[in-house]
Amino acid sequence: MRVALFLTCVNDTLYPDTGRAVVKLLTRLGVEVDFPAAQTCCGQAHYNTGYRHQAEPLARHFSDVFGTDAYDAIVTPSGSCGAMVRELYPRMGERARAEGRGDGLARRLAPVVAKTYELTEFLVDVLGVTDVGAYYPHKVTYHPTCHGLRSLGLGERPLRLLRAVKGLELVSLPGAEECCGFGGTFAVKNSDVSAAMGADKVRHAESTGADVLCAADNSCLMHIGGTMTRLRTAVRPVHLAEILASTEEEPLS
Amino acid sequence: MSGGAFVGMPAFPPFPRAAHEAVRNTTLRANLRHATHTIRDKRARAVAELDDWAELREAGKRIKDETLRHLDRYLEQLEESVVRAGGTVHWAADAAEANRIVTELVRATGETEVVKVKSMATQEIGLNEALEAEGIHAYETDLAELIVQLGKDRPSHILVPAIHRNRGEIRDIFREEMGAWGRPAPDGLTDTPAELADAARLHLREKFLRAKVGVSGANFMVAETGTLVVVESEGNGRMCLTLPETLISVVGIEKVVPTWRDLEVFLQTLPRSSTAERMNPYTSMWTGTSDAQTADGPRAFHLVLLDNGRTDTLADEVGRQALRCIRCSACLNVCPVYERAGGHAYGSVYPGPIGAILSPQLRGTGSEIDASLPYASSLCGACYEVCPVAIDIPEVLVHLRERVVQGGEVTRRGVKVTLKPARGHAAERAAMRAAGFVFARPGALRLGQRLASRTRRFHPRTLPGPGRAWSAARDLPKVPAEPFRDWWERTRGGAAQGSGRQEVSGK
Repeated sequence: MRVALFLTCVNDTLYPDTGRAVVKLLTRLGVEVDFPAAQTCCGQAHYNTGYRHQAEPLARHFSDVFGTDAYDAIVTPSGSCGAMVRELYPRMGERARAEGRGDGLARRLAPVVAKTYELTEFLVDVLGVTDVGAYYPHKVTYHPTCHGLRSLGLGERPLRLLRAVKGLELVSLPGAEECCGFGGTFAVKNSDVSAAMGADKVRHAESTGADVLCAADNSCLMHIGGTMTRLRTAVRPVHLAEILASTEEEPLS
Repeated sequence: MSGGAFVGMPAFPPFPRAAHEAVRNTTLRANLRHATHTIRDKRARAVAELDDWAELREAGKRIKDETLRHLDRYLEQLEESVVRAGGTVHWAADAAEANRIVTELVRATGETEVVKVKSMATQEIGLNEALEAEGIHAYETDLAELIVQLGKDRPSHILVPAIHRNRGEIRDIFREEMGAWGRPAPDGLTDTPAELADAARLHLREKFLRAKVGVSGANFMVAETGTLVVVESEGNGRMCLTLPETLISVVGIEKVVPTWRDLEVFLQTLPRSSTAERMNPYTSMWTGTSDAQTADGPRAFHLVLLDNGRTDTLADEVGRQALRCIRCSACLNVCPVYERAGGHAYGSVYPGPIGAILSPQLRGTGSEIDASLPYASSLCGACYEVCPVAIDIPEVLVHLRERVVQGGEVTRRGVKVTLKPARGHAAERAAMRAAGFVFARPGALRLGQRLASRTRRFHPRTLPGPGRAWSAARDLPKVPAEPFRDWWERTRGGAAQGSGRQEVSGK
């Protein structure tokens, strides 16, 4: 099994540890991982801010980079970028068709739509594993990010993976399904509401007594984590992939 | 576009500015949090009782879509049916025309007072204000609308217009204001719900018994028989619909359904979605006028069919799904933005997620508030998940953002016009273009990443200027010593080290 790591521009630039964790985890599970160096950005921020036409070249570039037969699957450690490809690329194709521009865009994007998996989907559905041999002796609470929860319908997958981690104590997060308030450009366009949502999320995480708030999307964790350090809370944000990559031999520091 | 409802009213500030005040109002935050979470949890339980909820939702969506596709036909059928049953039908293109029609109809009765059933359409057109300007007093009879009217306030929720008020505030409003409108509040009124409801009942009963003209909206209009339906909880609607001699109903054209059978779906989904009830206490249905032999019902019935931007909305193939809305307000009760910003921040009688997609379509995106509404969402999708007619609100929000920043073709009063991109997005547009340039060139992206990494010691923890919107409440993430792509290139995925993690030398 050979997969392309669609790391996302945010992870590539700001969270390389998450990328290294995905590589380590998948390699340990016997998957051959490649990082196509020409990858940049899926176009989500453009699309969701109203710049659909400027997101189109990025989507075409994405498809050129990832849509080759060389890969059995495209795997991403981001619920929202995964949802961009799976849910919104087809919609972009439909809109182009409705605007009288033909099937070209839809056809060009089709190969990546079918092959893109969010990390937990890939582990549970494609590889068929829930116990990935991880060890993480911490008290952890899980925040299901909105696109993972509602667009991709990840459901219990992340929790099943976490429950199988040795040493990990999983505690449930009050108001887990409520948005953390990131929302891409929403975080700056409506910063007051966004910050209020973030503060509530952090307060809930703190109330669990967990050391770690885990999620499968670093964009949300950037907002939650930035709020945590500002509020000087004891809880730390950690991406799910880093927990799953951690083992007794090589624990996550 | 018709801004008739808002003539003479101050322009609403853009959403972020209104929300800035609201998030700091701790009383409002507490009231909203308590109320929305209570209804939200009850709704979830009421919906979970039905094992065919997904099918009902799909059926509701299809009925609405089918009706909207042939709206002209069903409206003409409705008109025929209403006229056959003794009613009169009036067509109003916009708020001003609707207000004029209703004013003239009331005047023709010689009355100067009307009692009102809670109605979103009449709020949308500002009917009460228009009637008042002509010397006609309109009395709201829904408990929450009464609170809003007495408090000289604006509604902040579709179903619970006074959701922003707590019991103590309501008691104060009753004590101070009821006397000026009719029967005063009883002496020693406390803030217990039973006493407050009793005070309202006594106050309103006088109005019901005196009024000769009733004004309503409708939840549904059945084309095949000309029957109108009002769904309510308090019984005030039943009083207004049956006691007065003349009934005037102002209804948005999208409220028509073809047949009685279609009601079967909505009378299940609406109460569970809005009040979390299996069935609402009062469902009133009337068809035209009652003759002299019938005890109940109006002697004269007028239906005012309101367009006010609906036909224009229908012309937009992405945005038109907003017209499926049955005004249940489930989307408000699950919305994290609504919960913190409150209903008034939306600058419209339609607050919350549905308001954020309805107002900029019905009114256009010309004003500051309407251009800001499509951004009043983190796109979390909770609204879509609960919507009983499956309106993909995030999809329409993004569509309207596109209209704001890129302009394009829209329909206004039946005419196709091309909108220019909105002002105030120049910096954002430039940033998006710059990002697009970089993302089209992996080499440029790498250059930027490296530059960020090399200078990371000098990065501030907070940002000046527009960046303050981020760093006022959140620390910036620390930029790593090298981007992932450099590590990958150096180690081919850590293969050389046999490990996915290793210290970066800083090269």
